[in-house]
Amino acid sequence: MSHSATSAASRGPREWSPEQAAEIELILTRYPTKKAAVMPLLWMAQDAWDWIDLDIMRLIGRTLELPPSHVHAVASFYTMFKKAPTNKYFFQVCHTLSCALVGAERILAHLEKRLELDEHGNSKDGLFSVLRVECLASCGSGPMAQMNEHFYERLTPEIIDEVIDALRSGKQLPEPRREADQWIFPVS
Amino acid sequence: MDFPRILSGNWDTPDSHRLAVAKSRGVYSQLPRALAMAPNDITQIVKDSGLRGRGGAGFPTGMKWSFVPPAEKRQGKSVYLLCNADESEPGTFKDRYCLWLDPHLLFEGMAIASRALDCHVGYIYIRGEFRYIARRLEEALAEAYAAGLLGKNILGSGHDFDLYVHVGAGAYICGEETALISSLEGEKGQPKLKPPFPAVEGAWRSPTIVNNVETLAVVPWLIQHGAAAYKALGTEKSPGTKLFSVSGHVRRPGVYEIPLGIPMMQFINEYAGGLLPGRTLKAVIPGGSSVPVMTPAEVAICSMDYESINTNAGSYLGSGGMIVMDDTTDLVAALTNLLRFYAHESCGQCTPCREGCGWMHQILCRVRDGEASEVDLGTLRDLADNIHSKTICFFGASAAMPVQSFLTKFRSEFLDRVQRRGVGAA
Repeated sequence: MSHSATSAASRGPREWSPEQAAEIELILTRYPTKKAAVMPLLWMAQDAWDWIDLDIMRLIGRTLELPPSHVHAVASFYTMFKKAPTNKYFFQVCHTLSCALVGAERILAHLEKRLELDEHGNSKDGLFSVLRVECLASCGSGPMAQMNEHFYERLTPEIIDEVIDALRSGKQLPEPRREADQWIFPVS
Repeated sequence: MDFPRILSGNWDTPDSHRLAVAKSRGVYSQLPRALAMAPNDITQIVKDSGLRGRGGAGFPTGMKWSFVPPAEKRQGKSVYLLCNADESEPGTFKDRYCLWLDPHLLFEGMAIASRALDCHVGYIYIRGEFRYIARRLEEALAEAYAAGLLGKNILGSGHDFDLYVHVGAGAYICGEETALISSLEGEKGQPKLKPPFPAVEGAWRSPTIVNNVETLAVVPWLIQHGAAAYKALGTEKSPGTKLFSVSGHVRRPGVYEIPLGIPMMQFINEYAGGLLPGRTLKAVIPGGSSVPVMTPAEVAICSMDYESINTNAGSYLGSGGMIVMDDTTDLVAALTNLLRFYAHESCGQCTPCREGCGWMHQILCRVRDGEASEVDLGTLRDLADNIHSKTICFFGASAAMPVQSFLTKFRSEFLDRVQRRGVGAA
């Protein structure tokens, strides 16, 4: 099991901004209990503060009248809630069977070499992080990776280089290559 | 082959996710009709159609709906309708297309279902990795609300149905319906023992129906064309069309809608484009990574429906996520890959699954690397047999079935690896 809790460092106490507080009011109208808002609030906090530390868990606990331990339990169960910082550009590369059959390891090896990754998957230039992840439901268009929120599919080392070069030079992010965008019904 | 594209019919229309385009394609045309019908009549059509849940279990949808207790037996409790958009089963990627390319068809299906179920609140539980799709769903919801197609007093019918998007955060197990409910409630996504079944006591201890995206998206077509037209498609026991996701060693991997019952080889050759030049078929996982693997001989005699795959190959149609492997595949490595997935995704609640999946993965790593003996294969088999059916949810069986089937059907590959112990990986 790899959902174990990661100890989180502190960046100091947090408070919601007025905009966030208004958003929370809206979220609470959607559910019959306050507890149900714990995942939406964790997402909101992660969007604002990049990763989830103990002070954020305490803040969410106070807001929803939940013990901080419950917020911690939820935050540590779900792998997408970051309990530690990652670099600005976060590649999550699928290595489950369908992607593995079509060359996921080749993509991972290329990223490792090109970005000079350390043992934690962080690049030498401090701009990129790379994580191996399980199936992202993109099996027909592998190898694939999610870069921050974007899906890049049918990856080749050349496409990886194109994305990295654009991100490094601060240029506009290349358009995600998403298979579902280019749906063409195959004539049989 | 001539058949209606019930689910994918709008996918090649540009901007099919916009309300105006969707409406021009007939989406929402059945909503007024359904809202004027008696709720039980809607459920009856779904029952008569023989529609089976498309998430993987294949349970008859109409029957599931009929398990919701009638209003007088609910002690004033609400009914919840949850759309399972947590698509995470390796090899399965069809719901992603439905959500991205035709969200309004899903909303219409859910609104019609809500009328049948006397339900006024629904949630679409979407996996966290699909946040970019969740944003599109939010935009589409805003359009539907503004047009009076969702919310209070839909189209002046007096029926209220509020629909929300709930975003998960990376946990395969949340695709299991009781885990999905736990997650929605703000808990860790851990399954619960059944009974009580969610239809009787689910989210917030209220009657709850959890249906897959594809299942709900079929409902408007059933209202429009009736149960008999649906039964005319597919086979007697597996009626209708279904979306199949095909990946691995084929020339045209992708999502295809076909009537159930076509020969599996025809599907692989004509739809998926066949194998790569010069390759031969080695193995097929027909319905998502959890179902037993099939040999080429089994593939040759099976057709794409629930009964044929079960009778002829002891496997399952599942979610329709087909993984094709050709003769270049190291099946020991393939199984090891899958067990890494299950070891990673076990929720940790039941000991056989939590400990067993990790243990099976460790043994398989040693088999793959030529460091195991034949005794280890026996241990592996024992572990799988002792996980299957001994856990709260079906996850344990899902991890055990690949091990049992690979070891049985492709035994020589495993024996070869342990007998060359010390030689190293092939």
